[in-house]
Amino acid sequence: MIVADRKSVSEIRDMIKDHDRVLLVGCGTCVTVCLAGGEREVGILGSALRMALKLIGRGNVVVDECTIERQCEDTFFDTLAPHVAEYDAICSFGCGAGVQALAERFPNMPVYPGLNTQFIGILESQGVWTEKCAGCGKCRLGEFVGICPITRCAKRLLNGPCGGSQDGKCEVRPDLECAWQLIYDRARSLGILNRLEEIAAPHDWSTGLDGGPRKVIREDQCIARLESEG
Amino acid sequence: MDTEPLILAFCCHYCAYAAADLAGSMRLEYPENVRVLRLPCTGKIEVNYILAAFERGVDGVIVAGCLEGGCHFIEGNLRARRRVERAKQLLEEIGLEPERLEMYNLSSAEGGRFAEIVTEMSGRLARLGPSPLRQDRIRAEQAIDQIARRAERTPAGETE
Repeated sequence: MIVADRKSVSEIRDMIKDHDRVLLVGCGTCVTVCLAGGEREVGILGSALRMALKLIGRGNVVVDECTIERQCEDTFFDTLAPHVAEYDAICSFGCGAGVQALAERFPNMPVYPGLNTQFIGILESQGVWTEKCAGCGKCRLGEFVGICPITRCAKRLLNGPCGGSQDGKCEVRPDLECAWQLIYDRARSLGILNRLEEIAAPHDWSTGLDGGPRKVIREDQCIARLESEG
Repeated sequence: MDTEPLILAFCCHYCAYAAADLAGSMRLEYPENVRVLRLPCTGKIEVNYILAAFERGVDGVIVAGCLEGGCHFIEGNLRARRRVERAKQLLEEIGLEPERLEMYNLSSAEGGRFAEIVTEMSGRLARLGPSPLRQDRIRAEQAIDQIARRAERTPAGETE
């Protein structure tokens, strides 16, 4: 899932300083699961924001909240659309994709981010999320026994470990596990250590973000006519 | 009367609520400006309950649960403590004094401790002065009564 955490109350308060009617829009998908931008968190931030505004003499600002099923799909904005005109700004509690999807759907409405989108990750333990995938567009987890060195090695080494690996920890941070130690240990327990004797080829970064924003197209699923079809 | 602090006490059914009852039976005196709201366990508390109280103009909030290790639901009071800490952090960001909120642990036999807690909190809030979010006390009282009535309709151990 996409993991995010909230911005501070004062940062959001300052972002919306030019507006008198603000709608906080939560998202019911990833950010609900990572306890950053779901119905409950938006309710908390709404309450906090109203109080913070009142304390700086702006108690007249209307701050309302709503949470929609998903912000990264335009269809889900349909229920929201009739009410948006009642406000002069939106603060999205979705990930960065949600913020931009709202901005695209409502071109005349200023849209602000309520969250800092962090990474694609997993729930490590209750209340702790860890980054696992960099979305590089060319998954090589098969080569590395299911542990991604691009995301989890601080140096993104494809032929590790480096000399900074000490007792299974990375030299960058003492609490950071060395991805290459994890890869080695897992390969050994699977009885496939010999696979690591092969030199991993350089990564093809052309599928990464360096080539600009990416697009995935499933032609068989497209209803609208594709440009390539003329 | 309007300058007297208004306190909302979220009390666990198994300890602080019984202690408040005991304080009454023992004829102990404590400030009358506290409104007790019974929860099935302090683990029922959510950050938004606390913020809602402050938003409605309450001057201070007490969360009173069982002694650590003595929770009827094993760790409800430990969860409550973390949520209270988070709410305190939010109060600071909002610009309200975090000292307006406090978590206490006591047993059902401690009627005297309940009276002490309310007295202590009342003194602290008197020093801090009324909440800048309170418009008038009557409206804040009405809001609390409304919250309390709603809570009373929900029997202990159940949620709405």
